[in-house]
Order: sequence, then structure tokens, then C-alpha cells
Amino acid sequence: MDDLSINFAGIKAPNPFWLASAPPTNSGYQVMKAFDQGWGGAVWKTLGVPVINVSSRYGGLNYRDTRMMGFNNIELITDRPLKDNLKEIEEVKKYFPDHAVIASLMVESREEWHQIVRDVENAGADGLELNFGCPHGMCERGMGSAVGQEPEVLKTIVSWVKEVAKTPVIVKLTPNITDITEPGLAAVEGGGDAISLINTIQSLVGVDIDNFVSYPNVGGESTNGGYCGPAVKPIALNMLKNCAQHSGINIPISGIGGIENWKDAVEHILLGASSVQVCTAVMHYGFGIIREMTSGLERYMDNKGFNTINDMVGKALPNIKTWENLNLNHKVTANINADKCIECQLCYTACEDGAHQAIGLQKDVSRVPYVIEENCVGCNLCSLVCPVEGCITMERKDDGKEVVTWSDKTIKGTAPETFNDERAGGIGHYVPEPKDALNKNR
Amino acid sequence: MSEFVRPKSKEEFALNFAQIKPPMNDTEAFYESSRCLFCYDAPCVNACPTEIDIPLFIRQINTKNTEGAAKTIYESNYLGNTCGKVCPTEVLCEGACVFNNQNVKPIEIGRLQSFASSNAIMGNKKLFELGNPNGKKVAIIGAGPAGVSCACELSREGFEVDIYEAKSQSSGLVMHGVAPYKITNEVVMHEMSYLEKQFGYKVIYNNIIDSRDKIKALENNYDAIFLGVGLGKTNRIGLNGENLENVFGAVEFIEKLKLQHEEVTIGKKVIVLGGGNTAMDVASECARMGSDSVKLFYRGDKTKMSAYEFEYDLAKGVGVKGVFNAVPLEILEEGGILKGVRFANTTNKSKKVPESEFTEECDMVIMATGQSKMVNFFSLINNLELDKKNRIKVNDRFQTTNEKYFAAGDAMNGGVEVVNAVAEAKMAAQGIKKYLLKVKA
Ligand SMILES: Cc1cc2nc3c(=O)[nH]c(=O)nc-3n(C[C@H](O)[C@H](O)[C@H](O)COP(=O)(O)OP(=O)(O)OC[C@H]3O[C@@H](n4cnc5c(N)ncnc54)[C@H](O)[C@@H]3O)c2cc1C
Ligand SMILES: Cc1cc2nc3c(=O)[nH]c(=O)nc-3n(C[C@H](O)[C@H](O)[C@H](O)COP(=O)(O)O)c2cc1C
Ligand code: SF4
Repeated sequence: MDDLSINFAGIKAPNPFWLASAPPTNSGYQVMKAFDQGWGGAVWKTLGVPVINVSSRYGGLNYRDTRMMGFNNIELITDRPLKDNLKEIEEVKKYFPDHAVIASLMVESREEWHQIVRDVENAGADGLELNFGCPHGMCERGMGSAVGQEPEVLKTIVSWVKEVAKTPVIVKLTPNITDITEPGLAAVEGGGDAISLINTIQSLVGVDIDNFVSYPNVGGESTNGGYCGPAVKPIALNMLKNCAQHSGINIPISGIGGIENWKDAVEHILLGASSVQVCTAVMHYGFGIIREMTSGLERYMDNKGFNTINDMVGKALPNIKTWENLNLNHKVTANINADKCIECQLCYTACEDGAHQAIGLQKDVSRVPYVIEENCVGCNLCSLVCPVEGCITMERKDDGKEVVTWSDKTIKGTAPETFNDERAGGIGHYVPEPKDALNKNR
Repeated sequence: MSEFVRPKSKEEFALNFAQIKPPMNDTEAFYESSRCLFCYDAPCVNACPTEIDIPLFIRQINTKNTEGAAKTIYESNYLGNTCGKVCPTEVLCEGACVFNNQNVKPIEIGRLQSFASSNAIMGNKKLFELGNPNGKKVAIIGAGPAGVSCACELSREGFEVDIYEAKSQSSGLVMHGVAPYKITNEVVMHEMSYLEKQFGYKVIYNNIIDSRDKIKALENNYDAIFLGVGLGKTNRIGLNGENLENVFGAVEFIEKLKLQHEEVTIGKKVIVLGGGNTAMDVASECARMGSDSVKLFYRGDKTKMSAYEFEYDLAKGVGVKGVFNAVPLEILEEGGILKGVRFANTTNKSKKVPESEFTEECDMVIMATGQSKMVNFFSLINNLELDKKNRIKVNDRFQTTNEKYFAAGDAMNGGVEVVNAVAEAKMAAQGIKKYLLKVKA
């Protein structure tokens, strides 16, 4: 049996799957229900001076028949009194002493921070998460992402918290910033025990084109909000990688953003997360998704021979480099498996119009397209648009003997330098004559 | 045939003849349209005789531009809703869907097509602007799919169009022949009146053109004439007993069924003779009408039947039993009352097997032995040449050997599908335009 349990900066949990601070952790009822179904931890809905929310509050981004690829909200922190939350934290901890209950906090003054930290720790919280991420509503009042975007302010507040905190302090970062490692470093410098990322991304999810107002609609008006859900995973992963690879950020990271199944979680872990947090997927499908997540993770760990979560944390990081250190000599070309091809010709039109005119059609012979190998730059596009698993594969063509990178070339002075440099990569690539475009049909 | 009880009311008839391609609701259409891959040079388009831009209308449905989808459909096929329901999509668009190559259910193109087009019909959406009147008049004989399609295209081009129709309704065999579980009369009529309103052509009902005088009058009053008369009655094959009571030609029986529904009398033991799609249809229909037994006799082996496999499957599915390699010798009677049919077995080369004769009892025989050609009608028109199979000869503009006449549909192609009639007649309208307006080809 694999061991899914974790010790995240001193916070112990039976598994790495935590609920992110959000509506699913709004109450003791929900957190208990989630623990009962198998979640390992929960970051309580952010506590502070309770707010008043608007209705409606959410907007979704659908792709064809897939609902909520992306999710947008204009909600604020908790609208429930602190004393009720404290009572419920206490009760949850009574029933689930071994699960992780982390209190997410957002207040203004040093006194308030001190007070609330003491309160939640007295109630039994296993850790604290400082919400410096909310990109709407709170930042206008000098909290949330307004703090997260000012590393100096962030550092100061972390140190205030550390003055009184007895439990580990996680600093939750906002992605609404150019270089995520700056607030990451500030969290370390302020004495934070861990960071978590990402909070939601500032967004406007769509416009009601009949009524000329964006979503979500609040009585004919709207405002920008925070974006999350499957669509944000790539942004979260990149920011996670940036922090995890930074030599100055040597504290544990909790990965958040677009996690819906075990694979998403594994990706976060391989890029350096040692716990993961989920919000949108639970808001969409309920707590029950945890069954698929743990079973998938266990099977994966078995197959790969990982015994603990720690064994796999950051495993993909050594293979992620800066662009100029990639091997320019590595060469792949597309290969179409005619037996699997269903003849939709999407690869043809994608390559023809969107890439390098390297796929041809056998007019009147067969609908199966073929690759014109000398034109193929190995970009992958065809294999990405192909609807059949494993039909178009990228085959390696170079002998792998010599590695040449852009860095090497700049050092040796062999990289292109002038506008019409003979050493440009595209020289020698086949490009049709412009007017050849005119006698193509469709 | 126990599953079907003899229908006694409208409701029971509708139940027995439940639509095999029922309408889609918005949700179903949305999910189904989401599956489309939007193939390049899409095989479904190439498989459709009217070449509807199927991936385009499916995208339009998916992006809630249902009206745009209807326009895409009607642009190519004026009987968009009818075709979505009655086309043999299994061998046309849906049969060509690339999902078949992956053993995935093909996109339900026909039903999506009907979703968008019926939306335009029920909302009485105006999709087309008519061309300015060009002063030319065209008469159309027959308001079947061919005649109606030709009328729509001509009206859009600014012609004044009158259709002369023998019956009291338009749509030809769609109303009078196509199986009731494919389309209801109500749905047909909705599309017909929508088209009449959209395109403004006139239909003169109950007006058969059956004399030289009437032909002359048309020739004097119109600049061109389009023949969309379809086919005639069921062929007789010269069997003894063919004229007995309770022996019917398939198209005649089906027409009665289509108009009278549950009021049609049906035999307890029915024998259907034939192996084409009409034979399959009529056998299915008898089964759904609650006959105790329906047997279909075909002279060759199963693989030789001209019916589509899915049509035979449909008949089998409602309890029809197929008997192959059996040729009818005579229809038997006793005191003028139908008793049965005497058959002989045949080899696969259709030769009779000696001493293989047998008798099958029945109280109803339906002969699905093909439709005759309207040769008497054709003889009213000067210089109208027919081919060896008595189909009207046309050139590539669908112009007949009498230059004033154009023809398409069953009368010209010998009997195919609605979609073929629609496609050809649209092209014929363009032929008429070129002829009358002297447009260069
Ligand atoms: C039993 C049966 C089932 C079928 N099922 C299908 C099916 O499921 N799907 C499919 O796609 N196709 C089906 N078909 C074929 C399809 O119905 C025809 O191909 C199509 O209707 C041909 O159209 P048309 O306009 O050429 O002729 P028709 O539909 O026959 O229309 C001819 C019209 O001309 C009128 N007419 C004829 N002579 C004159 C005259 N002298 N004066 C005035 N009016 C005249 C007739 O009354 C009729 O209205 C079926 C055919 C039959 C017989
Ligand atoms: C409706 C809603 C409310 C949220 N409220 C909070 C909050 O109070 N505190 C917080 O730190 N993050 C909040 N978040 C952000 C989530 O905790 C999480 O960081 C983000 O949704 C990304 O994860 P996901 O892609 O799994 O949803 C909220 C998100 C949503 C959708
Ligand atoms: S007309 Fe018939 S073949 Fe063409 S798309 Fe419609 S259903 Fe398919």
C-alpha cells in the first residue's frame, strides 16, 4: 500500500488533497462532509471582517458542450461572523483530529492580524494561510492582491503574523503579477513556512451580447472578477515551476489551480507541490471526486514505484530548462498511421493553413493524408488536432549524437544576427509561392 | 407480430408509427452538434446529393445561430426538413461520417438538419430575398419534391411560377408514399406551406394535365415548362388473380394508408411480393397496422434485393419474415375470394427449381413490383424523347429533347430518393434560367 500521507511544513494530513479556501470550505458542515468522503485537509474560507456579497456572483466559460472550462467569481471573503467559524473549526477538529484544518485569514492592521491568529489557533487550526490573492473587492480596500502585488508590504505582514503564530504559516500568492518569485521571496524573507499558489486570475469571463453587460450580471451591471478552473492550470503550473526552481524559495509549496483529477494533481506535484488544493472542481462535481483522485494517484504511484508523495515532489523540475538551453539539433517529424486514420483531414487543413504545408492529400486515391517529410518542421500541430489517440506520432529523425543550443551558438557566434542572416532556421524550408494560394479550392 | 395491436384511434396509430427520427430539443441538438469534428473537405457533404455544407450548419447550431443553420440548409436543399427525416442518411451523409471509421456513432446529421429547418418553419423565419421579376413565366407540372424545389429556385431568380398539381396537396410521394414512421403528414404540410409563403409561387391544386389541349394552353401561356410528374401506378406482372379484391399495388395501398391511417382495413395474413425499398416499407407498415403475420417473398436471394440493408433490418425489427428464392406463380381464389399464393423455389440464378411448388395462405397480397412510367402523359408532348427505360431524356441542363421542356426527379431518373429530385430540380431551374435569359453556360 502506498503512503499518501504528508507532512507539509509541519502540517500533517492523511493525503495531499486539500480543499482550497473557497465556498466548499464555508462551513463546518461542508468540511466535515469532505473529510468524511476522503479529503485530507481543508483551508477554511478566508476569515476576517465579514463582508456582504452581491448576487449573482459567478460566470462560467464553456467550450462547446463542456461547461465551466473556466470559472469566474466576484465573491469576497467569508460573510459569516468569526465566532461561528471558530466554533465550527473546533468541532471539526474534535471529529477529525488527524486531518488538516488550515485557517485562511485576511485582515488589515497588525492588531487585527495578531488577534485573529490567536483566535483560530485557540480553536484548533493546524496552520494558517494568509490570503494575499483575492483580485477583486478586497484589493480596492488595501487587502488581498493589493498586498500580494507589493512584496515589501507582504513581507511586513508575514512578519507580523510570525510574531504570534504557533502553527505553520502558508502565504497564498496572487498570480496577478509579472514575476511570481518576487512575492515568493518576500514570503520567505518575512519568515513564512510555506507558500501556496495560485489564487484567482483577474478576469472578465464574457459579455451578454444581447444586454451589453458582462458576466456575472448584477442587476444589469457587472465587474471584473477572479478566474480559476481547468483553464488556469497551465498558468498555475508555470508559476509553480518558477517558484520551485528558484534557489531562494526553499520552503514547501501547496499547488492550486485547475486541479480536477489525479493527473492534474500529479502534474502539480511533479513540478514541486507537496500538497494540492482544489476549489472549482468541487464546486462543479461535489466532494465525491476525491474517490477518483486518490485511486488514480495510488495506481500511478504503484506503477511508477513511488512509496511516498515526497518521492515524487519536483521530479519533473530538472527537465525544465530555459529555452536557450534546448537542443536545436533534436528533430522530429510527423508520422500518420494509416490504419488508425479516420480520414477527417483535420491535420491537412491545420498544417496547410496554420503551419508549414507539410501534409498532402492523395487526390482520388484515398482520403488518408500523407506527410511531406522534408517540409515538416516537427511542430506537433497535426498530432494535436488529430481526434484519434495515437494516430499521428512524432518520430525522431536526428541521430542524437550532437547537442547544440542557442546558448552554444551565441557563445560561438554562430547564431543569426542580422535581418537577412544566412543562418536563419527557416532558410531551406519549403515555402510555396504566394500566388499558388489562389487556385486552391476551399 | 404481437407487439403491434391493430390501431383504432389517431393516438394508437401515432404510437404504432412512432417517428424513427423524432425531433431534437435544444439540449440534444447542442450536445450532438458539439461532437462534430468539422472535417476538411467533409465526406458527409460529398455524400449528400444536394451538397449541403453540413459542418457549417452544425457549427451554426452549436453557436446558437439556428437561423443561420437553416439558411445554410435551405440554400442547398429546399426540402431541408423533409430530407432530414426521410433521407436514407445511413447510406448518405451519416454513412460517410468519419466516426464510422472509428466505430463511433456517426453524427445524427439528419436530425440536426431537421432541428434547424423546422425551427425556421415553425418560427416562419424569412430566410431569402426574392429576385426582381424578370418578366418570364414558367409552368411546373407536379408539386412533388422535384416541382417544389424547381419552383423555389425559379422564384428566387425572379420568375413567375405556377405549379399544376393533380392532387389536393403538394409534396407528391412524401405525403402519399413515404412511410408514416419517417415523417408525419402534418410536418410535410408545414414545410410545404412555409415554402409557398417564402417563395410566393402559386400551386393550382386538383388540376391534372392530361390532354393535348391543356398542354397546348400551357405552351401558349408560359415561356418554359418543367416536368416533375414522378412515376405512375404499380407495375402489373401478369399473374393470375392480380385483379382480385384484397390484392393491392404497393404504392396504391400506401397512399390509402397515408391518407386514411387507422381507418384502412388490413389482412390478418399478408403476403408482400418484392425486394425493393417499397416492399420493405409496405411490409413494415402492415406489421405496424397489427397484421398477425407479414411475409415478404423475393424471387432472388437476400443479397440481390435492391432494398437498403437498414430498410430490411427495420422490417425484420417489427416482425416481418423474409422468404427468399421464391417466385409467385399465381394468386389463388375460391369463389372469388383470395386464398393464397402459389410459389416455386428458385436457384440463385433465378431459375425455377423443378417440383418445388408450394402454397402460402393469406387474406391480403401486396405487390411491390415497381412503379410504371407515365408514358401516356409523355406522349401528349411533341418531340419528348424517352430512354430505353422510358425515362425522360435530358441534357446536362436538364432540358428535354423538346427545348421548352425541362425535367427532373423520378420521371427523369427512374425513381431514386427525395433528395435526388430536390438536387436535380434545382439544377434544372438554373438550366431554365440559362435558356430563358440567354445566360452563357
Ligand atoms: C413507397 C415509397 C416510399 C418512399 N420512401 C422514400 C423515403 O423514405 N425517402 C426518400 O428519400 N424517398 C422515398 N421514396 C422516393 C421519393 O418519394 C421519390 O423519389 C420522390 O418523391 C420523387 O419526387 P418527384 O417530384 O419526382 O415525384 P413525385 O413525388 O411522385 O411527385 C409527382 C407529383 O406530380 C403530380 N402529377 C403527376 N402527373 C401529373 C399530371 N399529369 N398533372 C398534374 N400533376 C401530376 C403527382 O400528383 C405528384 O404530386 C419513396 C417512394 C415510394 C414509392
Ligand atoms: C467562488 C470562489 C471564492 C473564492 N474565495 C477565496 C477565498 O475566500 N480565499 C482564498 O484564498 N481563495 C479564494 N478563492 C480561490 C481558490 O481558493 C483557488 O485559489 C482558486 O479557485 C484556484 O483553484 P481551482 O482552479 O481549483 O478553482 C475562491 C475561488 C472561488 C471560485
Ligand atoms: S439532404 Fe439527406 S443526405 Fe443531404 S445532408 Fe440532408 S439528410 Fe443528409
